[in-house]
Amino acid sequence: MSVSLRLRAAILSIALFAAFIGIWHLATRGSGQVGAMSPEYAKLMGLTATQGKSAMPGPLDVGEQLWQHLQHPFYDKGPNDKGLGIQLGYSMARVGLGYFLAVIVAIPLGFLIGLSPLISRALDPFIQILKPISPLAWMPLALYTIRDSGLSAIFVIFICSVWPMLLNTAFGVAAVRREWINVARTLEVGAWRRAFTVILPAAAPTILTGMRISIGIAWLVIVAAEMLVGGTGIGYFVWNEWNNLSITNVIIAILLIGLVGMLLDQILARCTRLVTFPE
Amino acid sequence: MSTFDDAFDADRSLTRRACACGLHRSAAEHDAAAATLRCEPAEDEEKRYQGVVASAVIRAMFPHDAARRAFLKSVGASTALAAIAQFFPIKCATEAFADAGVPEKKDLKVGFIPITCATPIIMAAPLGFYAKHGLNVEVVKTAGWAVIRDKTLNKEYDAAHMLAPMPLAISLGLGSNPIPFTVPAIENINGQGITLSIKHKERRDPRDWKGMKFAIPFDYSMHNYLLRYYLAEHGIDPDTDVQLRSVPPPEMVANLRADNIDGFLAPDNICQRAIYDGVGFMHILSKEIWDGHPCCSFAASREFITTSPNSFAALTRAIVDATAYASKAENRKQIAEVIAPANYINAPVTVLEQSLTGTYADGLGNVKTDPKRVDFDPFPWQSFAVWMLTQMKRWGQIKGDVDYKQVAEQVYLATDTRKLMAEMGLMPPNSSYKSFSVMGKRFDPEKPDDYLNSFKIRKAT
Repeated sequence: MSVSLRLRAAILSIALFAAFIGIWHLATRGSGQVGAMSPEYAKLMGLTATQGKSAMPGPLDVGEQLWQHLQHPFYDKGPNDKGLGIQLGYSMARVGLGYFLAVIVAIPLGFLIGLSPLISRALDPFIQILKPISPLAWMPLALYTIRDSGLSAIFVIFICSVWPMLLNTAFGVAAVRREWINVARTLEVGAWRRAFTVILPAAAPTILTGMRISIGIAWLVIVAAEMLVGGTGIGYFVWNEWNNLSITNVIIAILLIGLVGMLLDQILARCTRLVTFPE
Repeated sequence: MSTFDDAFDADRSLTRRACACGLHRSAAEHDAAAATLRCEPAEDEEKRYQGVVASAVIRAMFPHDAARRAFLKSVGASTALAAIAQFFPIKCATEAFADAGVPEKKDLKVGFIPITCATPIIMAAPLGFYAKHGLNVEVVKTAGWAVIRDKTLNKEYDAAHMLAPMPLAISLGLGSNPIPFTVPAIENINGQGITLSIKHKERRDPRDWKGMKFAIPFDYSMHNYLLRYYLAEHGIDPDTDVQLRSVPPPEMVANLRADNIDGFLAPDNICQRAIYDGVGFMHILSKEIWDGHPCCSFAASREFITTSPNSFAALTRAIVDATAYASKAENRKQIAEVIAPANYINAPVTVLEQSLTGTYADGLGNVKTDPKRVDFDPFPWQSFAVWMLTQMKRWGQIKGDVDYKQVAEQVYLATDTRKLMAEMGLMPPNSSYKSFSVMGKRFDPEKPDDYLNSFKIRKAT
């Protein structure tokens, strides 16, 4: 039964995908020949104006362009034009660094907040205010104070991805079952050992869920940050192609951003499963 | 007198101005040159350099213009050159001229915004102008004017492409901390345009434009001041009758397509791009508002000049050199191809070619030709700066009094650039101020306040 369900789901997925591509193709077919113009004039105009080609690229255009990119993912034609593989590499390195810093700060701090109701209450208003701020709002401030665009991008990833981890860690630590801590106390386990052998494993699934949310946010933020600071990365690629109004390349970048985001999410989902325990 | 003149031309006076723009020998020739592409003869790089040195020599030999002309008339330019070469080592002098002062810093970063105004800055990299002056320059594409300002202030860039009013604004502390900034060279003159949405093709009279929404690239831009000037001259108050929005150039075309704006005064390749994509038409070129207006500048902080004077001089020389190359009509096609790839401007070659050569589709079905649609002239006239300051004051960006000339002289380095250009053997103008007309109205740099007070439409103070 379950196999047939999976099969049916797969068939439905493929059908939906085919329908989507079909509609997309039909919607972007273009209007054919438009009003008459002198050949001399037509030579100076784009395809949209001369042949009524749709301003939105169709699936075939995107497929063709994607194939071009996949053939040379690592080319380097100077500081402003690099292959998609290199751009993704830069983005992932930035995300990795910002996210790593966020982990270092959020987990110990979250632990502290979870353990102490006093600190929890005291910090709560700050966290609540800082949490919903968009990365684009941080960017000018970061550029102005840090005075380095590369570090600013990393800072923005850090500041945006730190909150879910912090809150989840605090929540996970605070929600560890009283009995387990009491048992540890009865057995006279020291504070450090209690933290690492009782609280940490008990809170681990919640902490990892926070980390999973955070990596998603970090990946969301990188595109916005790189569009602003420029230079390298997939966000810069989107901006550069947008500059040329090349929607085809923007769609390809969107596709890749989605794929990489999914990949990162899946990795952390695996990790979460590793530390989950049956109650 | 143009910067890129030939001192070996017997018919040419080096001191007198014979035509309105000063580029031609007579007013008749000035008109004739509008049809042909450019008044200067084509020369290759090597020859120009040699010419530059030789020109300096002949100018030193004949301080009196009449004597020089008589000499050249009697023997002919090529004989004169050969005669001079016999007793003056022009070849050695050319080489010596090429290596002035070792740059303190060789690896430099220069930021640019991907528009055709940045042509000299960009093309100097692939065409080797930076390398020729002993520099290894990386030209970095930047997302917007605010970002390029911040990155230059943060010293991530050693120098940058900025809108001509930006260094004035930065030095005055408008929109940032006051930091002394300088303009050693103007990038381009002309080269902008008012593009309107195709649906407005019957609404060509600006008096009917009340309630429209226009985009400009930045508040401290010539685009802002020119559009405001143009509207105000037609009785439209830009602050109350229309809406002006600061929009990054690529988003202008998208916004025009989406009907969010009615038009824009934007840098080129964006205007032409809107036409190319069939969403807009060229209402007027910016040169119809003010022929010869500056647009973008090459800017560096004063600190960079003090800490690395030789690097700065080499950089300026490379830019002046590239500008000279770009000013020649016959080079424009090649330039369009060189700066079109994704590493530089990232735009279709056809669009750049139309912007640079001035033979363009106007969006209404006509092919128009205007070889001066965009031009390149590096000399940073201080009167340009004074004009911009009057407009900053007119539209309330500067509140209170400003010492026009002092600011202009601090920021627009006409004196230093003149010296540098003279060293390069080019012919910089003798004065740093010139008067010009904007939409037929004369601007006298000696009387900025009178000029400012003559405008009826301005922001209430």
